[in-house]
Amino acid sequence: MSDSSVQQGTWDETVPAGAHWSGVLRRGTTLRLTDLEGGANVSVLLFNYEDRTERYNMADTLKGQHTAYLTKGHVCYSDMGRVLCSITADTVGWHDTVCGVSNAAMVREKYGEASYQQFRNDYHRNGYDSLVNELGKYGLGKRDVVANINFFSKVTADEAGTMVFHPGHSRSGAFVELRFEMDTLLALSTCQHPLDPQPGYRPRPVRLTARRTGTASLEDECRNACPENQRAFINTERLFI
Amino acid sequence: MNSQLTESILSPEAAVFSEVVPAGEPFMKEIERGQVLRILDLEGNQAVDTLFYSAANAEERYSATDTIRAQGRLYLTTGTRLLSSEGNTMLTIVADTCGRHDTLGGACSAESNTVRYDLDKRHMHSCRDSFLLALAEWDHGMSKRDLSSNINFFMNVPVTPEGELTFADGVSAPGRYVEMRAEMDVLVLISNCPQLNNPCNAYNPTPVQVLIWDEQ
Repeated sequence: MSDSSVQQGTWDETVPAGAHWSGVLRRGTTLRLTDLEGGANVSVLLFNYEDRTERYNMADTLKGQHTAYLTKGHVCYSDMGRVLCSITADTVGWHDTVCGVSNAAMVREKYGEASYQQFRNDYHRNGYDSLVNELGKYGLGKRDVVANINFFSKVTADEAGTMVFHPGHSRSGAFVELRFEMDTLLALSTCQHPLDPQPGYRPRPVRLTARRTGTASLEDECRNACPENQRAFINTERLFI
Repeated sequence: MNSQLTESILSPEAAVFSEVVPAGEPFMKEIERGQVLRILDLEGNQAVDTLFYSAANAEERYSATDTIRAQGRLYLTTGTRLLSSEGNTMLTIVADTCGRHDTLGGACSAESNTVRYDLDKRHMHSCRDSFLLALAEWDHGMSKRDLSSNINFFMNVPVTPEGELTFADGVSAPGRYVEMRAEMDVLVLISNCPQLNNPCNAYNPTPVQVLIWDEQ
């Protein structure tokens, strides 16, 4: 990635459009994702770095908080009843949790063929292969690709369950912040959302900014959003006694 | 909700396999391409947590996100193609007298019970315990990593247009069933849910019946 920098305890870098990235975010670190151009999509998977069989669980996240989408005040649950990260700031208001990622066949059918040989690093990538790629660096693979979060994307459903993608949901400069409650492996792809109706291959870049912020206080908004979150924080903090 | 109910033409007498799965028990079996699997809700409003794997390579498995994205709808019913993580059709739902099945609600676990209900609910039986024991007994190297977002047959988990997710009373009833045709050789893994804390099954887990027919 270009223009990495580490200054005074902060770190930031830009992930180009259609690229993939992974890294470890320590407990007490906050990561800001910024949509640089508007219309970005960031597909994210989260794992406990200490025990990578513990991972983000879509169903437990949604059930515990009685929501089908994520925004400020929500947390991301692992399958072990703990909190991987909390959403402490959000200027977007809705992040998709149920639509998954694109795959190679889908991208080929939607946007046409664009091989590496012909297009070099502007070749067409897809969400599934991108995440498998990053996970492979940590001994993980296809078995670990579970239902992911699509930050910056909004998809709603009507009473019959029919889903609608909302184009233009995220504007240039929009951001969301994740405060990590345990040491977490994060893998991401900046490929387009699989329901993005735009006919062209047009992924967008995002900026990653990380800084030390400390952990959740007893008065923390995310901790106290619901009794379920309070219990999940207790489960999490037992890891660090 | 979609209320287009579709009855099956298959007669239980012609089934090549039939077994009652008691509440709180797992069930795991290979189903050949072309065979038809029916899950029958014997007493009504039972939640049947179900996962599918390619019999040839269990890394290819049922994908809730691919399935709902491909059909553009959150709920499963007749006509739904159950897609794999590789985008292939694993099974097609061919009959459904319930009308709507969930694939967002996932499975209960000891750990999620501590969060959803109370810290001291850890020691109650859960779907994940059933899944883990079934995978261990199957003895093909599968583990918790292979447990991803499952289907909850007969379970009603409505999402409102505002994005609220709720666990509503069941829409199933005694004798209702869902039937699907295998489009590849698959492994089916079921946990007949033991949950005692959730109104979705009226706090009363009950048995279901699994029937299989050969290709018609």
